[in-house]
Amino acid sequence: MIESKLKVATCSLCGCFGCHMSLLDLDERLFDLAEKVEFDRSPLTDLKELGECDIGIIEGGIANVENVHTLLEFRARCKILIAMGACAISGGIPAMRNHYELKDCLEESYTRGIGLVDAQIPNDPEIPLLLDQVHPIHEVVKIDYFLPGCPPSADTIWTFVTQLLAGQPIALPYTQIHYD
Amino acid sequence: MSEEPRFTLDGRTVPFQDGQTIMAAALAAGIYIPHLCFNPEFTPHGSCRVCLVKVNGRMQASCTTPAAAGQVVQSEIDEVREIRRGLLQMLFVEGNHVCPACEKSGACQLQAVAYYVGMLAPHYTHFYPRRPVDASHPDALIDFNRCILCELCVRASREVDGKNVFAVQGRGIKAHLVVNTPSGKLGATDFSLSDKAAQVCPTGTILSKHSGYEIPIGQRLYDRKPINVVGDVAALAVSKGGRRHD
Ligand code: SF4
Ligand code: SF4
Repeated sequence: MIESKLKVATCSLCGCFGCHMSLLDLDERLFDLAEKVEFDRSPLTDLKELGECDIGIIEGGIANVENVHTLLEFRARCKILIAMGACAISGGIPAMRNHYELKDCLEESYTRGIGLVDAQIPNDPEIPLLLDQVHPIHEVVKIDYFLPGCPPSADTIWTFVTQLLAGQPIALPYTQIHYD
Repeated sequence: MSEEPRFTLDGRTVPFQDGQTIMAAALAAGIYIPHLCFNPEFTPHGSCRVCLVKVNGRMQASCTTPAAAGQVVQSEIDEVREIRRGLLQMLFVEGNHVCPACEKSGACQLQAVAYYVGMLAPHYTHFYPRRPVDASHPDALIDFNRCILCELCVRASREVDGKNVFAVQGRGIKAHLVVNTPSGKLGATDFSLSDKAAQVCPTGTILSKHSGYEIPIGQRLYDRKPINVVGDVAALAVSKGGRRHD
């Protein structure tokens, strides 16, 4: 009997792609991973459509309307949903804008920024509308596992993924749990 | 000669002297009970509740509960750990704890205790309060976003430094740390980095200026070993990565 591979999707919402970089830091272990899983929608495959998946891994919090739609879609299509990294878990660095009114943030960047010519706040309809605040994803959908770190190290990701795929309870060693 | 009175803590026999709290006796016996507002150099405050233990079946703060002969105390049990984790999670969402952007990260007692109790995420809905940063003092900085109201700086400034620089104002959810000057600015006080109040904060609220991020990630106080092994940042000398003046 050929075991079918587990389907894994990943995405970066309001994050810096650092968590995905950490995923790539798995280096040769990615080959072992590729034996066991098949990547669906992910920046690694560049697939844009999300299929039915076993595992969804989310980097980043929610900062705009598109982030929310993507998150809801991941929750609907993935059996297990994982919050990876500080931004997905607590909003992280982007949530530092919650200290200010959105209007002030936009004006600071787009109308008061240094060296701007013909300054204006972008309002192209293709640009997703910003939320007034950045929020972690567990405030919108149910999350099954949290993987802290900014980013979580490749070793942390590896421990987590191997335990998860083996159906074991997740038990990260002390040195692999960090909020930074 | 009468025998020293004893209680048991997670099955271990702990001797104590009359008047000692459960926390003090455990500390003397080398047993770690997680805590934040407790510092053995100060009168117990009993406010953070992180040190709660089950004493003869009832939850009590170990830093304020007197030890008594024959008590059965439980600390490292799932029920207690879960409550502690919940308390830590509430502390995290109540303030703004962006560890990746905090100079204290890696040597922060709040963070280290959160690791110790197995907190992977803050679970609750974030408050994202808007609290100010006070950079008015030439040598020190206060980021009120990280204050957990343990009042250690308040106690240190009043009891040790004799300066009374800090106070907590307001009640309940409105309680917040203030600086005791008409302007509310630290720069208007005689606060100094050599004050005891500058060495006791268990979080990254009170920081010194002109230095930062000196110890590389991986070598910071709590990077390799947990707080029950390393000890509190306020109890360790600066030369050992702590805050206590050598
Ligand atoms: S004070 Fe501690 S818990 Fe808060 S942001 Fe700084 S390192 Fe993190
Ligand atoms: S500033 Fe630090 S020491 Fe003072 S009350 Fe806040 S957390 Fe405690």
